[in-house]
Amino acid sequence: MSFFTSPSFHRHPWTSQVEATMTKSKKPRLVIVGNGMAGIRTLEELLKRAPDTYDVTVFGQEPRLNYNRIMLSPILAGEKAYQDIILNDWDWYEANNIRLHAGDPVIGIDQKHGFVFSAAGRKVPYDKLLLATGSEPIVIPVPGHKKEGVITFRDMKDVETMIDGAGRLQHAVVIGGGLLGLEAAYGLSTLGMKVTVLHLAPHLMERQLDIAAGTLLKQELERRGLDIILEADTAEITGGDHVEGVTLKDGRSFPADLVVMAVGIRPNTWLARSHGLATGRGVQVDDHMITSNPDILAIGECVEHRGLCYGLVAPIWDMARAAADTLAGSDGKGYQGSAISTKLKVTGVDLFSGGDFSGGKGTEDIVFRDAARGVYKRLVVKKDRLIGAVLYGDTGDGPWYFQMIKDGTDISPLRGTMVFGQGFEEGALSDPFKAVADLPADAEICGCNGVCKGTIQTAITEGGLTSLAEVRAQTKASSSCGSCTGLVEKLIGFTLGDGYVADSGPKPLCGCTALDHGEVRRLIVAKGIKDIPSVFQALEWRTPDGCHTCRPAVNYYLLCAWPGEYQDDARARFINERVHANIQKDGTYSVVPRMWAGVTSAKELRAIADVVDKFNIPTVKVTGGQRIDLLGIKKDDLTAVWADLGAAGMVSGHAYGKSLRTVKTCVGTDWCRFGTQDSTGLGVKLEHATWGSWMPHKFKMAVSGCPRNCAEATIKDFGIVCVDSGYELHVGGNGGIHVRATDLLCKVTTEEEAIEYCMAFIQMYREEAWYLERTAPWIERVGIDHIRDRLTSDSEARIKLRDRFLLSQKDAQDDPWAARANGMDAHEYQPLVTIG
Amino acid sequence: MVKASTFTLVGQRDDIPRLGSRRVRTPAGEIALFRTSDDKVFALRNECPHKKGPLSEGIVHGHSVTCPLHNWVISLETGEAQGADTGCTGKLAVEVRDDGSIYLAIPSGMAEAAVA
Ligand code: SRM
Ligand SMILES: Cc1cc2nc3c(=O)[nH]c(=O)nc-3n(C[C@H](O)[C@H](O)[C@H](O)COP(=O)(O)OP(=O)(O)OC[C@H]3O[C@@H](n4cnc5c(N)ncnc54)[C@H](O)[C@@H]3O)c2cc1C
Ligand code: SF4
Ligand code: FES
Repeated sequence: MSFFTSPSFHRHPWTSQVEATMTKSKKPRLVIVGNGMAGIRTLEELLKRAPDTYDVTVFGQEPRLNYNRIMLSPILAGEKAYQDIILNDWDWYEANNIRLHAGDPVIGIDQKHGFVFSAAGRKVPYDKLLLATGSEPIVIPVPGHKKEGVITFRDMKDVETMIDGAGRLQHAVVIGGGLLGLEAAYGLSTLGMKVTVLHLAPHLMERQLDIAAGTLLKQELERRGLDIILEADTAEITGGDHVEGVTLKDGRSFPADLVVMAVGIRPNTWLARSHGLATGRGVQVDDHMITSNPDILAIGECVEHRGLCYGLVAPIWDMARAAADTLAGSDGKGYQGSAISTKLKVTGVDLFSGGDFSGGKGTEDIVFRDAARGVYKRLVVKKDRLIGAVLYGDTGDGPWYFQMIKDGTDISPLRGTMVFGQGFEEGALSDPFKAVADLPADAEICGCNGVCKGTIQTAITEGGLTSLAEVRAQTKASSSCGSCTGLVEKLIGFTLGDGYVADSGPKPLCGCTALDHGEVRRLIVAKGIKDIPSVFQALEWRTPDGCHTCRPAVNYYLLCAWPGEYQDDARARFINERVHANIQKDGTYSVVPRMWAGVTSAKELRAIADVVDKFNIPTVKVTGGQRIDLLGIKKDDLTAVWADLGAAGMVSGHAYGKSLRTVKTCVGTDWCRFGTQDSTGLGVKLEHATWGSWMPHKFKMAVSGCPRNCAEATIKDFGIVCVDSGYELHVGGNGGIHVRATDLLCKVTTEEEAIEYCMAFIQMYREEAWYLERTAPWIERVGIDHIRDRLTSDSEARIKLRDRFLLSQKDAQDDPWAARANGMDAHEYQPLVTIG
Repeated sequence: MVKASTFTLVGQRDDIPRLGSRRVRTPAGEIALFRTSDDKVFALRNECPHKKGPLSEGIVHGHSVTCPLHNWVISLETGEAQGADTGCTGKLAVEVRDDGSIYLAIPSGMAEAAVA
């Protein structure tokens, strides 16, 4: 067995140096068996409490530095590299004068004289010995379990074998559908293998999930291409020297070039047991992590404490503090046992479970399901206390529930609504910091690294940290699996108040998400998401239904991405766009009919005059956009006003919309002695071609008949200045808050070209700008050259943009007023009831 | 002192779009009824504590509504402005029966007679 063979690992040059300088020291000697997560964490805690107290030697069976074992799954899935998961590098051992014998397991203990013996023949004295030998994967001894290609999932070597195998082999069978098995299966399938999971129980992860959540998980993993066989009892692993398949007791068989056994772990107690230390399932320890020999401590997955063994890191952080207290001679309260919670590290699958959810006598369930969003939540309550929680699909509130489980909070006042989460519970949706503000200082924020709120806040205030990157570097919070990143960011924001500038790069769209506009746009298209709830679900929104900032933005992005297919969501529209009129300060509305390019007629003016009389409209005003505004109309009258205007041929002017507003023109060749082209006529054509189109922000155009530019075309989003030889096309002007003159895009010779460029430009703006970004800031951001590249240098790209614009216009040019005058959305305009 | 109020049938829950709102008109002013995504119904006086903006026209999210005039966020549960803004608009009790009918507690004096 490799355990006893001498390791081929060559020693790092400084190892002997430390050895030489330290043998002289008079300090008590601490030997740690196991260079894994628990042993080294204890050492870190000890160095914090009592640096330089011990002369420390660490033996590690693996020929490696101490690494973050839980990140093996992301390595397998190709999301991280080995370098990313090293917890303590050589420099750390050196700086702290720690002698490391990596690749050299301890094989014997002389308790009487205080020595350990290693496989490489070392004999090292100790005053205190710490056993941190972890656990070993269980291998079910079915026939064939020793064949080549049958492996477990415990250490870096296993991961290397899997990555290597995936490159050459086709079929993988994973035996065991628990946490580890599924992470292995997911990883192998991302590496391109065809993966079958054989699971004995009737649902997946039966120790962490109930049947409902287990079923949702199975469906999701099947959608991702895994084959999952439940109630599968393995009978035999078949093949020659190398594995070829797996056969079940019911006779079914599955081809396999690689078999991963992930059926559970067993505390690694061999060393303790064979030297007479008290062991049960694990090495037995008291609250101070002391074994039956007072000079020997044990910690981590190898121990049994109050009859329980643990297989996760969170309890280990608590144990490490207790063990460090003992070694430092300070008396802490010791280790009291841990409530545990679980997450599955499969990207995009959100599940959380914590506490005891087995149900049973005296317990009650609170269940919430939203099939459309794929959300399932179950809270188990016993005597007004939350004792367990299973969350699938929406796990944002996991830490909140888990804290209540740990604290034994009396939940009777929250009972009715707590299943909707902390946001609902505390009306906190509008205050993004409420959730973190309310957590106690010892609430654990980062489960992977055991970092609590108080530690992060102290690091921020005392270390002057201002960014996520700095907090990661200083505290390790959010540096492992990353699922607490949102929480950590909130905590930074909360601690620094206005001093917090989110990490470099564009700002998040709003408080409901960490993603910026660009990412949201890209992901909607990349993932083919076609409605708002799915965006919130897939992109992990932190609020159940967004807010007034993100809903309109997401609605627009969907509208733009899926023309003709996406069903506009009125509930994601600002009032003006929802009722197609501008709300005024007194709650009345203004109505601006389209007056094509500023040209009107007696018939239109007469109809306007008539509605003004008929509905007692208090103000009639000519706007800055060459048309007429009717102000002060009561909401209940809107549809009737539109019916009358519509009868005279008038349509909505979209004065309320993030859409085409006006096309201003001058009189041009028709009348003006300087006119070079038919600016009025071209304006009318442009407005007819582009009205009704929804855009990131409002969009204004103008056509001037000569360079005197009476229509102010050089401060419009798209402006045309006519000249003798054709048309100068201008883009990105703004006459509003920050006046910006246009950039000249190019010059064309015909009206048709001018219209083609106009449509292509609008479509490019529609597809690329962020919601509420007008063309001027957009062009400042991306640069005019980027626009010229697409529109003038590349005629094929321009035509494609124009065609996509035409496609989207097919559904956009229905007059919204006409539809509503005919009864659409009637509930928007009428009160529910009038009383009294 | 709170005036006595009577529960009055004002309509059905399905008359209000989810994440939307409807107005109830009374001689003493409008009341806005809101329906949230979790199907709760809330009632507030239809006047923003800032400058009387009609809250019924705002965007509903979570248990809050954003006023259409200057974006104050008002809690539907308490009528109070959230975040840095302060102010409160009146909240009325509502009851939704199992069949979806909405009963609104209209303070006496706000309504003479009820029309259902
Ligand atoms: C009615 C009108 C003033 C008027 O009586 O002439 C007007 C009225 C409003 N403008 Fe304007 N703007 C009007 C022409 C303009 C112009 C002149 C123009 O279009 O040639 C400008 C400068 C040109 C420009 O946009 O580049 C203009 C720049 C703005 C801005 C600043 C935009 C910017 O990008 O900086 C805003 C604020 C905004 O949109 O966020 C604004 C916003 C508004 C709002 C919507 C304010 C609001 O949110 O309530 C006003 C709505 C009034 C209503 O209810 O009808 N209005 N506004 C004009 C309507 C034109 C039309 O026929 O549709
Ligand atoms: C793939 C995978 C994913 C995981 N994901 C999660 C997760 O998401 N969340 C979570 O909380 N936990 C997770 N875990 C569990 C977590 O990694 C363990 O709880 C943790 O590593 C236990 O720490 P430990 O120090 O007790 O054991 P280990 O980290 O295993 O360290 C023990 C070390 O001791 C060495 N050793 C054993 N015997 C000897 C000897 N005689 N001499 C010298 N050295 C010896 C071993 O080689 C090993 O390096 C995961 C585990 C795996 C394998
Ligand atoms: S300039 Fe525009 S936004 Fe300002 S008051 Fe006048 S109409 Fe309103
Ligand atoms: S009136 Fe409501 S925010 Fe100003």
